[in-house]
Amino acid sequence: MRFLFKTDYEDDIKLFPHSGYVFSYGLLLAVLLIAPYVLSSYLMSQLVFVCIYAIVGVGLLILTGFTGQASLGHAAFLAIGAYTAAYLQQFNVPFPVYFLTAGLLTGVVGALVGFPALRLQGIYLVIATISFAFIVEEILARWESVTHGNEGMRVKTLYFLGTAVPRDGPTFYYLCLAVLVLTIVGSLNLLRSPTGRAFVAIRDSETAARSMGINVSLYKVKSFAISAAITGLAGVLFAHKLSFISPEMFTLQLSIEFIIVILIGGAFSLHGAVLGAIFLVMIDPFLTYLKDDMPGVIAGLAATLGAGTERAAHIQDAVAAFASANGLKGAIYGIIIVLFVLFEPLGLYGRWLKIKLFFQVFPLYKRATFKRQKIYVKSERNR
Amino acid sequence: MLDFVQQLVSGIALGCVYGLIALGFVLVYKATEVVNFAQGDLMMLGGFFAFTFIGMLGLNYWLGFAGAVAAMALFGMLAERVVVRPILGYPQFSIIMATIGLGYFLRSVAGIIWGTDDFKIETPFSQGVLRIGGLVLAYDKLSVIAATIILCALLYLFFNRTTLGTAMRASSENMLAAYYMGIPVKRVVSIVWAISAAVATCAGVLLAPITFIHSNVGLVLGLKAFPAAVLGGFGSIPGAVVGGVLIGVIESMAGFYLPQGWKDVAPYIVLLAVLLLKPEGLFGLHVRKKV
Repeated sequence: MRFLFKTDYEDDIKLFPHSGYVFSYGLLLAVLLIAPYVLSSYLMSQLVFVCIYAIVGVGLLILTGFTGQASLGHAAFLAIGAYTAAYLQQFNVPFPVYFLTAGLLTGVVGALVGFPALRLQGIYLVIATISFAFIVEEILARWESVTHGNEGMRVKTLYFLGTAVPRDGPTFYYLCLAVLVLTIVGSLNLLRSPTGRAFVAIRDSETAARSMGINVSLYKVKSFAISAAITGLAGVLFAHKLSFISPEMFTLQLSIEFIIVILIGGAFSLHGAVLGAIFLVMIDPFLTYLKDDMPGVIAGLAATLGAGTERAAHIQDAVAAFASANGLKGAIYGIIIVLFVLFEPLGLYGRWLKIKLFFQVFPLYKRATFKRQKIYVKSERNR
Repeated sequence: MLDFVQQLVSGIALGCVYGLIALGFVLVYKATEVVNFAQGDLMMLGGFFAFTFIGMLGLNYWLGFAGAVAAMALFGMLAERVVVRPILGYPQFSIIMATIGLGYFLRSVAGIIWGTDDFKIETPFSQGVLRIGGLVLAYDKLSVIAATIILCALLYLFFNRTTLGTAMRASSENMLAAYYMGIPVKRVVSIVWAISAAVATCAGVLLAPITFIHSNVGLVLGLKAFPAAVLGGFGSIPGAVVGGVLIGVIESMAGFYLPQGWKDVAPYIVLLAVLLLKPEGLFGLHVRKKV
């Protein structure tokens, strides 16, 4: 185990606390850079979605994880970003311009949502953000002169610095990766700045933060704006990746998926956004794989365990019928969410930290290190 | 004028439906400070149980109704035991996520078991209308209004006049203190979930002739009932019904008088406006913040 001696504040807030971090993140970046030459085109496409979901996850983490304001309306911010891109693209606006405009516009909308949200807490905030998302969805469906209503909008190929960036090519992946890395670095810098500290203070206790001299309203609005802007940027990439957008893509379902991203990844660290995005996006290929290969594997297993060939074929059919049942995916989703909330509230990143600590302190690991305190006394209504 | 009254009455009937579902939200919240996002799905499941008893097994309507309510009460207790009890005392958001997960699960399982078709239950009220002057009122809608009023009154009396109701309110304020006072908090929470699942089933069965039963009905109606509960101020039983009726009336008025598309958004716009002016809802308790 490595002990770090910190002699001043600069040491405490360093992005890379020691050389090991530089090495491991450098290695990760190298692997990600050569990924397009190794992986199949389907997996590459999934990897692009991982990047986009991770960007949204980072945005949502700033708001929900670090400022403590729940939001079930982030699909609306994604939609605003995507539609801004699609609309401006019609007038041959260059990519960098509409990319930044989308971010800016979504940020402004986020701030506008943040103002009413100042007075709301907990469950009221959740329902207010859901309402906001519904209203945006309806506006997108009705404002036909701009959004083409339910017909949706086609998004043309992206042109960056005069060259075409096809949505399936490796260049688009590099673009998404670059945006993701920039977002993460930017957010890390934000979180170690006074603004980020104020966010965390508000999350931990609003009243205490106020009495420390933090302008709670200002920082909450800031948090909403930043979170929305990041989601808007992701929206531009999302629109380009899908090449077609319509209002019914940005439903409550999508907002819930974003919350699942940070919940499963771990809502206390930016690592969580990335891990959660990997989990959520990769679960689809995994389920397809299970559906296609599972019956055969189980039948083979049954055959080796002594069941006759006929029995094995029967089992194979039964498993295949079960696996292709309509809506099985939803059930698996549900079970995963419940299991994570019950057994791993710190998410995948929390699990990783626990495993890491286990090996670092090898014989001395105590489960109680990560145990959360249950609070039966504090009523949320009196907070 | 007649149009207006007709819209008003059908809005009230629709609103009572939302109110019935919202009652379930409020019950659980009042007793445990848990927001149960799976409430609509409990309603859906209750409807399917009743359909199985009445439509498939051919039981008498009232017998099937009672059977479904009993079965769902047990199911509510089970859900509480498995999903909610381990995380009581953790931040509210974890519990919201857990119930969202439960909702996903119930919806898919119902889809797998009963299929994705629409189902209908034959009820004693499904036929016939009541005519008052030019007004036409269907019996199935009147039955919803009547049931809402009865259930609301019963629950209100239960919470304010009985020992068990008081125990529930106490454990919602402060579980630890309630426990020290000798209230069996775990059992109380379990009973609350049973009651709220039973109320949800009543909603589901009464709704069956109006909206039919399919695996997504819970999500659709739950999303309307939830604003109703918030509008009335989470934690107030009359508030839930008033909120539900308001949402229902706004929806049917907007559908009739405003251009197409407003019907679905109008309740949310009103909700946002109300939350801006009164962040704790219409009947919510205003409490001072403590450090």
